[in-house]
Amino acid sequence: MTQEPIIQLVNVRKHFGSQEVLKGVNLSIFTGQTTVIVGESGQGKSLITKHILGLVKPDSGSVLVYGKDINTIKRKELNEIRSRFGVLFQNAALFDSMTVFDNVALPLRERTKASEKDIAATVNEKLKLMELEGSNDKYPAQLSGGMRKRVGLARALVLNPEIVFFDEPTTGLDIALSNEMYRVFYRTQTKLGYTAFIVSHDVPKIFKLADNVALINDGIIEESLSPEDFQTSENPVVKKFVEKTMGHIYESLEVEG
Amino acid sequence: MIVNLLNKLGDLVLYYMNQAGRMGIFLVLVFINIFKLPYYKITHITRQIYSIGALSIFVIIFTGLFTGMVIGLQGYNTLRKFGSEGLLGSAVALSLIRELGPVLTALMVTGRAGSAICAEIGIMRNSEQLDALECMAIDPHKYVIAPKFIASIISLPLLTAIFNVIGILGGYIIGVGLMGSNAGSFFASMYKDVEFTDVNMGIIKSLCFGLIIVWICSSKGYFVHLERKGGFGAEGVSRVTTNAVVLTSVAILVFDYIITSLMI
Repeated sequence: MTQEPIIQLVNVRKHFGSQEVLKGVNLSIFTGQTTVIVGESGQGKSLITKHILGLVKPDSGSVLVYGKDINTIKRKELNEIRSRFGVLFQNAALFDSMTVFDNVALPLRERTKASEKDIAATVNEKLKLMELEGSNDKYPAQLSGGMRKRVGLARALVLNPEIVFFDEPTTGLDIALSNEMYRVFYRTQTKLGYTAFIVSHDVPKIFKLADNVALINDGIIEESLSPEDFQTSENPVVKKFVEKTMGHIYESLEVEG
Repeated sequence: MIVNLLNKLGDLVLYYMNQAGRMGIFLVLVFINIFKLPYYKITHITRQIYSIGALSIFVIIFTGLFTGMVIGLQGYNTLRKFGSEGLLGSAVALSLIRELGPVLTALMVTGRAGSAICAEIGIMRNSEQLDALECMAIDPHKYVIAPKFIASIISLPLLTAIFNVIGILGGYIIGVGLMGSNAGSFFASMYKDVEFTDVNMGIIKSLCFGLIIVWICSSKGYFVHLERKGGFGAEGVSRVTTNAVVLTSVAILVFDYIITSLMI
């Protein structure tokens, strides 16, 4: 595993109105690794993803992807970089007027010159990988939450991206479905070998998949460590987060413990 | 207190200037994308023409017929006072072709298709579908918006023509069929008084209105998340859709005056 950052955020700041959400974020994402970003709600986790995707421009600082600042490059270059991305949005962001097949086929139809026969073969292969055979003609509204996420992931992976972003991949899913989602993630990453960037609330389960865990707190990245080091960190903010998310539910047990 | 008031006023002015600028840039980007390669698959355009144009035909026929009928009725009774019933044909045709046809067609399309365009794009924005397109390196200006622009600019003149023909038929039914005006003089006066410049004015108006409808409605939906009163959720989309329909209707009437004053 090479230790070369594929994505780097350097002192990224962003404010909305009078509220400064990101106060100088520094973060590196390495090739082939799975980086998980955790933190309390409203801290700007998804906002960081949007900065990397080039959907939001920072007030100051730079976002380097493959060594290029995505806010200063031309649209064409940005599109070339984006074509190496795959994104699974929080609510899957499926096109509700299209069938499952058409949703997954869209990037192939619009971004490649593949024939309909090749498109059908690729789409069916990806849907099979997600265990979604037989759902080709269904519309997103006819699918369960877990199925929608898997269709979203199939669409994100259809162009065999180098980096895949997951925005809260298990939010809204029950335990069985979220475990299934993690299994799908593990299976696809093993098979396709992509770099993953995951925004998640699902602590500690998400630690099992992570190579790196970054905690965002009060607009900055407090620490970016391996899951083991993260859980034993002496940094008071990280320690507090770990205790809060992984500690006992009942106060009495906390005292006893 | 005065400082506060000035602050609020300044905020408001900046917000609307910002919005106007956004909409201007949006229009330029869409026009660039219309002519940018790769060109569209014909189904992209035909699907939009069906949704904006074909699905509006019934309401246009209905409105056109009753507008023509009421002009026929009012026109006959007014012209009879001056003994000029023979001019009914040209009165009906000129008022429809030059003015009522383009304006009423545009207002009906705004209510039926403009609101749908705004709501559709607003929901796409709120459910991150537009972001998803951008992340797939597919420009929403080209993939989602530009086909609607092309379809609207093609559909409006055609719908206006249908409105005019049906309206004239409505005027004929009432003026000649019901009130007993002479059929020959109805058509003769129309033939004599309607000139190509009148038709031209109607076509130019309908082209401009087609552009205004799709521009305002789609940009309002596209920037729903930047609305001052919050554009999130169902309420945000419904509010912005209402705003878009009102703003488009007012813009149609304002531009109707401007185009008329320039062409008359």
